[in-house]
Amino acid sequence: MAGIELKSNVPAGELKQKWSDFKGTMNLVAPNNKRRIEVIVVGTGLAGASAAATLGELGYQVKAFTFHDSPRRAHSIAAQGGINAAKNYQNDGDSIYRLFYDTIKGGDYRSREANVYRLAEVSADIIDQCVAQGVPFAREYGGLLANRSFGGVQVSRTFYARGQTGQQLLIGAYQALSRQISTGQVSMYNRHEMLDLVKIDGKARGIITRNLLTGKLEKHAAHCVVLATGGYGNVFYLSTNAMGSNVSAAWRGVRRGALMANPCFTQIHPTCIPVSGEYQSKLTLMSESLRNDGRVWVPKSKEDAIAIREGRKKGNDIAEEDRDYYLERRYPAFGNLVPRDVASRAAKVACDAGNGVAPTGLAVFLDFASAIERYGKAAAHSKNINNPSKAEITKLGKAVVEGKYGNLFEMYEKITGENPYENPMKIYPAVHYTMGGLWVDYNLQTNVPGLFALGEANFSDHGANRLGASALMQGLADGYFVIPYTIGQFLSKEIRTPKISADAPEFAAAEKDVQDRLNQLMSIKGNQSVESFHRRLGKIMWEYCGMSRNAEGLKKGRQMIRELREEFYKDVFIPGDANEFNPELEKATKVADFLELGEVMMCDALDRNESCGGHFREEYKSEEGEAQRNDKDFTYVSAWEWNETQPVLHKEELAFKNVELKTRSYK
Amino acid sequence: MKLTLKIWRQKGADKKGQLESYNVEASEHMSFLEMMDVLNEELISKKEEPVAFEHDCREGICGTCNLVIDGRPHGPQQGTTTCQLHMRHFKDGDTITVEPWRAKAFPVIKDLVVDRSSFDRIIQAGGYVSVNTGQAPDGNAIPIEKDEALSAFDAAACIGCGACVAACPNGSAMLFTSAKVAHLGKLPQGQVEHAARSKSMVDQMDAEGFGNCSNTGACEVECPKEISINNIAMLNRSYLSSIFGSNK
Amino acid sequence: MSLTGLFLISFLFVHLIGNLQLLANDGGESFNTYAYFMTQNPLIKTISYGLYFFIVLHAIQGLMIAAKNRSAKGYKYSKKTKENASWSSKNMAMLGILILAFICIHMGDFWFKMKFGSLPMKTYAGFENEVTDLYGRVMVAFQEWYIVLIYLIGLLALYFHLAHGFQSAFHTLGLNHKKYTPIIKGLGTVFSLVVSVGFAIIPIYIYINSL
Repeated sequence: MAGIELKSNVPAGELKQKWSDFKGTMNLVAPNNKRRIEVIVVGTGLAGASAAATLGELGYQVKAFTFHDSPRRAHSIAAQGGINAAKNYQNDGDSIYRLFYDTIKGGDYRSREANVYRLAEVSADIIDQCVAQGVPFAREYGGLLANRSFGGVQVSRTFYARGQTGQQLLIGAYQALSRQISTGQVSMYNRHEMLDLVKIDGKARGIITRNLLTGKLEKHAAHCVVLATGGYGNVFYLSTNAMGSNVSAAWRGVRRGALMANPCFTQIHPTCIPVSGEYQSKLTLMSESLRNDGRVWVPKSKEDAIAIREGRKKGNDIAEEDRDYYLERRYPAFGNLVPRDVASRAAKVACDAGNGVAPTGLAVFLDFASAIERYGKAAAHSKNINNPSKAEITKLGKAVVEGKYGNLFEMYEKITGENPYENPMKIYPAVHYTMGGLWVDYNLQTNVPGLFALGEANFSDHGANRLGASALMQGLADGYFVIPYTIGQFLSKEIRTPKISADAPEFAAAEKDVQDRLNQLMSIKGNQSVESFHRRLGKIMWEYCGMSRNAEGLKKGRQMIRELREEFYKDVFIPGDANEFNPELEKATKVADFLELGEVMMCDALDRNESCGGHFREEYKSEEGEAQRNDKDFTYVSAWEWNETQPVLHKEELAFKNVELKTRSYK
Repeated sequence: MKLTLKIWRQKGADKKGQLESYNVEASEHMSFLEMMDVLNEELISKKEEPVAFEHDCREGICGTCNLVIDGRPHGPQQGTTTCQLHMRHFKDGDTITVEPWRAKAFPVIKDLVVDRSSFDRIIQAGGYVSVNTGQAPDGNAIPIEKDEALSAFDAAACIGCGACVAACPNGSAMLFTSAKVAHLGKLPQGQVEHAARSKSMVDQMDAEGFGNCSNTGACEVECPKEISINNIAMLNRSYLSSIFGSNK
Repeated sequence: MSLTGLFLISFLFVHLIGNLQLLANDGGESFNTYAYFMTQNPLIKTISYGLYFFIVLHAIQGLMIAAKNRSAKGYKYSKKTKENASWSSKNMAMLGILILAFICIHMGDFWFKMKFGSLPMKTYAGFENEVTDLYGRVMVAFQEWYIVLIYLIGLLALYFHLAHGFQSAFHTLGLNHKKYTPIIKGLGTVFSLVVSVGFAIIPIYIYINSL
């Protein structure tokens, strides 16, 4: 495949006109033809559910697949903070351009201009659509929609539903999907996992799934295949992703010729609950919105830090002048609100210097004491309490903080057993989101014709770093407002294609491949659990391809993964049978794919000799330790083709015509 | 801490099941599911079949995890899903009984895994606002009183885990169904279809084989999102009006 | 269920007020004439047949729902909990059956004997008709400790049945209000106490007096 040419298919014309011109001139599929055309949508999170519902509404015959027991379980549900939209309801100077600019800049200029502009453009429609579906967004007393500002930007454009925005948006999309299921436009396949992509004459025409209840392999055919299967953060084993989140559907696409773009761009979220022990199965995110009011600090002296680690002192015992509010110190302009990548790295620097606070030494404080005091005073003032006592102020302040973050504080207390109203929270960065994903063009089509990728599963909009509250925006933009149009570019040429038959020999061949793969895994009958391999892979990834990377470590990490992969295929043990409900086998197929993806991530990180966004190479930093981008040599998307011996790199050069490439500075 | 677990083991839907005892060494910082992971790792190391149980997000929001712990859906802690329940709420030497959700409409698939697809079908019967993508007016076109929006949110917080059904001695899904009816019915956007939605969802609930509500209130106590049975009264109201108020 | 229940609740109230006349120290005059009125007045007679019908209806409905609910639950938990619901709310059917059995005994003892048995007749000055001496029968019956015990058990069952049933009926009818629901709940508790204690006083009083 040496000659792959990555055509972005961005329409000509002014940036601001591209999308509306495209919509006005794109090829349409007539209603009578839509009825005959089948579309497979894999994944039912925000992007998948909204796409399946909307395509169903348009009249396509949709088959939707999820490995969950219900579409409503997808991990989009766990997003807490909110969803951005350029509504400018707050009259604070927001606009489509500003949202576009913030996203491009926040992504450290490694995303495609036209895609990002379109995202900003449709963002406002998403809010309207969700409100109409009954999403209970937060409101002001006047009954209008409320907004808050969110990490890394200077306007209030984030819409939210308490700390459960993802849940409410997903339920909205799930309800829209349920409506289409009830009308018969969408056939829903729960508990079905995609294990292969089927291509006929080079076009994606179907998938092979495993019915997770019976273990039976099934062949499903359609005119095209849409993957909305989320990100691959679980390659790190410990992440804020759900236990079931995986790369397999996307990776099967890669194994059939699609390209993996920017795989090393992973987002490490700064505010997560720290790891407490070896048994830990996942990490829990505390919404970024906490940084609006919480102040991040570590003790100035190592002695104090050690005392806290050993339990001899508490955070509150450290005097104000002995605390290092390092974000406020290093980044006075943005303070605690610097973007995620910056905040995460700063926490790592503080802990690496020996000032971390949890027993493991890997945690920093997030302190609400001054917010409680500030809100308490304001509340006392508005209640006309003159000369309030400190106790009164604290009480009033806690009530305000509870109103804003009550559910998050409660969650923190449930998990850690500590009361965050009394003592500062302990937080540490954790893998959260993957900006990388399947390479797609402007139409969200991969380099395999008829194979589309939406949401976190594609690479398109966030560059090297995603801003807060933008994942929900992108998932829903892709599903509700982009793919329903752009899929027509492909399908309008397929109206003469008869119904694709799953009896075609290509399906049988793919099914046999899957069967062989499962048989191989089951027949190893080694001595180590799937989980133990996954945990080891995660440690390698975190150590060598985590928050900071260097060439030597990446080479070493890659070698270690290759060895681990070999060991996996020799010594993994999977209990039970392939022809039954078998969660261990499910895990094994996922870990097998992670073991390949991990290697590509190392290759990508090694190729990118610069520091940008979530990708920080220790060799490329300023004297003050800030990331140093190299626009001259690395303004491209790296798209990787899988190859067992050496993955092959393809490049899409990025052109910036509407923004000036600047050094991201939050100082 | 050393624990004895009595866990329901059942090979498949049509097989007989029984409680089996296991010993496990846990730490108080673990979540309940992490303790189950430890048990499973041990079973796998002995080449025995691990205990099948469902879980996904492990942060209390996806609604996948579903264990009845000592007779209580999601265990003893109020307002908490199984995945958020931590072992510090148990004592060294405790014997803990772990069973699957019990209801005819939630048949057991394997061990602690049950089939909750009946919930999806209740939503498909009308748990939505009929609006196509692109039809929506501006988000601020209809102001909604803050308290109303909050109260709709309280109902919308349902995670569809089914603890209400598991707790109900009648195996009724009224809390789940009413939460959706109340969520949409309290908002102007959902008002148009409110009465019809109540009827069709309740009819589907009955068709799935869920029991009747006798107002024991167990659902409300066990709901990890603390959804109120006031929603059930609201559903009763709109159901009655859909029958008596309908001109059809 | 709730409608028949509420109807039966209103009956209980009337029945209690009438029966408290048993405690009047007038040799049974007020009670016997009241009983006469209740059995002869055509309007009351019609209502009483309605009442029997509703008792049967409530019982049949209740048993059918209980059977359906039992099968909807299917397999029961091996570990039981008391934490999530009141005992009475979980045992309405069992309590209902107890009450039904009690009603049968109760009717057999008094109503049947009055209608078809051979209770002695009595006349009272100022009341033109001859009336059955139901009062006398009650006085005789409640001198037996086991009859008193049966009544007390029946009334205890009634208390628990009402303690849940009263407020539950309102909930089923969709009456739920931030301000009024707590009042209804309080009223339910008071009502169940008053009714069961009120009825219980009669046999206890008569039994003690007979000692």
